[in-house]
Amino acid sequence: MKNVNEKSNKKLTRMNSLKDILVSQYFVIIVILLVMGITISFLSPVFLTSRNLLNVLLQTSINIIVAVGVTMVILTGGIDLGVGSVVALTGVTLGTMLKANFPIPIAFLLAVLVGAFTGIINGLLVSKGKVPAFVATLGMMSVARGLSLIITGGRSIYVFPKSFLNFFGIGYLWFIPMPVVIAIVVVIVAHYILNQTRFGRYVYSIGGNAEAARLAGVKVSSMLIMTYMFAGVTYAIGGTILTARLNSAQPIAGNGYELDAIAAAVIGGTSLSGGVGTVWGTVLGALIMGVLRNGLNLLNISSYIQQVLIGTVIVGAVLIDRLRNNKA
Amino acid sequence: MKLENILELKNISKKFGAVHALNGTDFHIKKGEVVGLVGDNGAGKSTLMKVINGVYTPDSGKYIFEGEEKHIKSPRDTAALGIEMVFQDFALLDNLDIAENIFLGRELYKSVLGINVLNRKEMAKESEKIVREKLNLDIDSVKSKVKNLSGGERQGVAISRALLFDPKLLILDEPTASLSVDKIKNVLNLIKKLKELGIAVILISHRLQEIMEVCDRISVMYRGKIISELITSETDISEIVTCMVGGNVKVY
Repeated sequence: MKNVNEKSNKKLTRMNSLKDILVSQYFVIIVILLVMGITISFLSPVFLTSRNLLNVLLQTSINIIVAVGVTMVILTGGIDLGVGSVVALTGVTLGTMLKANFPIPIAFLLAVLVGAFTGIINGLLVSKGKVPAFVATLGMMSVARGLSLIITGGRSIYVFPKSFLNFFGIGYLWFIPMPVVIAIVVVIVAHYILNQTRFGRYVYSIGGNAEAARLAGVKVSSMLIMTYMFAGVTYAIGGTILTARLNSAQPIAGNGYELDAIAAAVIGGTSLSGGVGTVWGTVLGALIMGVLRNGLNLLNISSYIQQVLIGTVIVGAVLIDRLRNNKA
Repeated sequence: MKLENILELKNISKKFGAVHALNGTDFHIKKGEVVGLVGDNGAGKSTLMKVINGVYTPDSGKYIFEGEEKHIKSPRDTAALGIEMVFQDFALLDNLDIAENIFLGRELYKSVLGINVLNRKEMAKESEKIVREKLNLDIDSVKSKVKNLSGGERQGVAISRALLFDPKLLILDEPTASLSVDKIKNVLNLIKKLKELGIAVILISHRLQEIMEVCDRISVMYRGKIISELITSETDISEIVTCMVGGNVKVY
């Protein structure tokens, strides 16, 4: 009897998991991604070439990296509007250091520290200061942009050492562009942190119900500070790659990156109210945006129309998610 | 058989500004005993429980656990003694599964190739043990998300959470407040189960019927003080109510 029960239980779990797959956000995203890919490949023979696909990955890599950081912030129930500005600030920090002949690792480390520092400030404001994340990071958006302009006097810094450009921007590991390699590393590290460490559980629990997390003994404030700090580090990595790819550090770089990053997270199923979402979802979300941009470019569709389409896709993705969740 | 007190509070006072939330009250509970704590709103029940749980430090009075006087500074201290509290709103996380909720804040790790990863298997196994063997809850899987559970099941998970560290004393704050009638039955059965496991339980509730059903003894609070101790088998609801409004002082 017990045996029979166990068997039927197992069957039930299996059926459940099949159902889970069908309703899961991933399934929908992957289908959308495939449909988009197939449609574009019919319309443009170039799309499916390995060179173009690698190009899509290359163009998406910075967005993937910073979107992973934003995803963690959103998982705690927060938001970060300072992404683009911090990308610029860390970029010009790095550029200034390189121009002052600092060794590349030191310059990179400093950029990471600057990114982490902006995150700590955000985290302190949100957790200790009880400032809404929207407002705190809106402030950071302006402050970091202003600092970038002050540091550079409003001018771009350019021409960097070849080895720097190779490692962060134009080089390859076998046939994979370095930015893509770095993005893969960031994604794996973030996945590990979110799924295999206490800190990751606490990120989800704070977004689910901060008060319940506190009662369970989670140190909510320090966890929030760490989350924003981690996000700041991802922006610094993004800023470094951008600087290397452009061979110039620009104080006005990264404009609007926050929107792309938040969009990638949201399209990938991260709930803006916190507690729900994954790194993989965000990667898929970023890829959807990347494929869409690439496809529209290949089809020679004007960038004005592109903006309209991408905005529609973002809202549409959230709308579908909401409708489905309400049904379930 | 003479049972000894697991916890004894003597002459506990706690002031918030000019308000005497606790006014030199005594309290005791024996090993494996289920004590109901009743009283009107503002009588000081929550404050007393928070003193027991270590959230508040009393202004004066003695806190004696298993015959030894303790100086409690935080819930961490009381957790170390074996006192756990289940909060009124269950304090569960909808977006996590049952096992993750039970282990929240006490996650287990294992090492894979020198890297620490969460030991989900072990946590699921331990959760199964508590949920099924100790409490006999009818739950599909400890991997179910808590948001899909009914109110009674949620209370079961909240209690499982508290049972993780084999507590000696469990405080249940209004465990049935937001439940439907048939679910209340399940929770009362859970409390009986806890008693079988030898865990002392303090039950705070407004529903006197359920207090009468599961408690050995009823402590009645009135204006910051326990004014009556009633043995369940020797009392009835109307006597409890009389005590609750300060009409009758009776100490056994």
